[in-house]
Amino acid sequence: MTTTAANPGITVAVWPGCVPRLVNQGAEDFLDYRAEGGYREMPDADQFLAEVQRSGLLGRGGAGFPLAIKLASVRDSVARRGADAVIIANGEEGEPTSIKDRWLLRNRPHLVLDGLRLAAAVAGATRGYVYVSDPAAARSIEAALSEVGAETLGLTISVYTVNAGYVAGEETAAVRAINGGPAKPTDKPPRPYQKGVAQRPTLVSNVETLANLPYLARHGATAFRSEGTDSSPGTFLATVSGGGRPPVLYELPHGAVLADLLGVHGIPANQVRGVLMGGYFAGLLNPEALEVTLDHQTLRAGGSGLGCGAISVLTDDCPVAVAASVLAYFGRENAGQCGSCFNGTAAMAAVAEALRDQVATTEDVGRLQRWAGVLPGRGACGTLDGATKVAASLLTQFPELVALHLAGACDTCRGGAFRGERPYAIEEVPA
Amino acid sequence: MKIRLDRTLCDGFGFCAKHAPGHFSLDDWGYASMTGDGSVAPDDEADVKRALMDCPVHAIIEIDEQDDDV
Repeated sequence: MTTTAANPGITVAVWPGCVPRLVNQGAEDFLDYRAEGGYREMPDADQFLAEVQRSGLLGRGGAGFPLAIKLASVRDSVARRGADAVIIANGEEGEPTSIKDRWLLRNRPHLVLDGLRLAAAVAGATRGYVYVSDPAAARSIEAALSEVGAETLGLTISVYTVNAGYVAGEETAAVRAINGGPAKPTDKPPRPYQKGVAQRPTLVSNVETLANLPYLARHGATAFRSEGTDSSPGTFLATVSGGGRPPVLYELPHGAVLADLLGVHGIPANQVRGVLMGGYFAGLLNPEALEVTLDHQTLRAGGSGLGCGAISVLTDDCPVAVAASVLAYFGRENAGQCGSCFNGTAAMAAVAEALRDQVATTEDVGRLQRWAGVLPGRGACGTLDGATKVAASLLTQFPELVALHLAGACDTCRGGAFRGERPYAIEEVPA
Repeated sequence: MKIRLDRTLCDGFGFCAKHAPGHFSLDDWGYASMTGDGSVAPDDEADVKRALMDCPVHAIIEIDEQDDDV
């Protein structure tokens, strides 16, 4: 049988010369997946953990945290507390400009489930959840689960569906939702590896991260490292949107140059006014930063980030107006829990919108600068940090444009400024 | 002594920063965050305990070395 087809509006492409590990053409079924070497015999848990460590696999949900450390933390917690672990495959893709997790769940459900069972074996998990908001992804996983026997998976796995939301994909929001609460983050500690679902040690891992494990189990860490950079090994999925072109989902090696990716996407560097990185989470880059390589270390060093690999290109739109819309989105879509976040995002959005409308004062911009400096780390989750990155990057990457707006001299914004509820979002025809 | 602050509960009363300014800072709107990792030196325990007891929404919680609530 086949699973739900991919959104027809999304084109999938592989980087020139790169052998794909994650994307394929058309939705997979169980027999094909197993015939191609999937659901192999389970490796020894200790040896596989060592292999994950050697591979240097970083989480693909946005934070880029080493999976081996997460796995080891859950194992230690299991040993200390004497309770079996729980594993959550996180496919609740909160970033509006990202499509990769939904694509994987809809088209490669067995790859995700195979990765989930491998991670579960290492973590000592006896209960698993695939946590999603996309109905087509949920149907795809349900259908895949009906094809695979429990003895193959080694644990009970069910699909948990929540309403979509920017904060719903945060790891503590997933735990809280499955525990019966709202899909909103909790403050840390405790972290999920300490106390998660039903108070048990819980591994929350992005579905793309898990989808890398079958390749690793089959080919080993050396082969895994044959693509990518030393500090960001392997390939990753990038959703490229904006620039007046249809969005495309790419699989490419870490370390590729941003300008080259945009070139493959059909956007010449001289048309780029700015780039929104990591969904809405890692702020804006100016056109001078296009030679940057797409890996966690390089982008972090420049104050940006790869995040979930979503990249939106601004060609005609003014970066000030885009920043204002993204900050307004954070003002609406934050969890409404932490005072620093619901006040801070609204305040930063108000200044950015005034700047877009060319009525802001130097004092307003000074306040924005101060908030961008003092507010990071003051929320229970990363939402406020993401908003401060947008504000900070606007001020540091586009100082001339900020000055132009203070002087009321931006012709682009004067002639009807860019406004978007969800700028560059991958909006879909319901599947 | 070790503590955690649940910022989803904080309602910005500000007693914590008044009693233990070395451990809590307030933002422009009066909402608190911890300035450190929650570890409290013996000399500061009395101030931090007062902050904990005075927080009207019980957003400050004492935890053990395993981060479990005490």
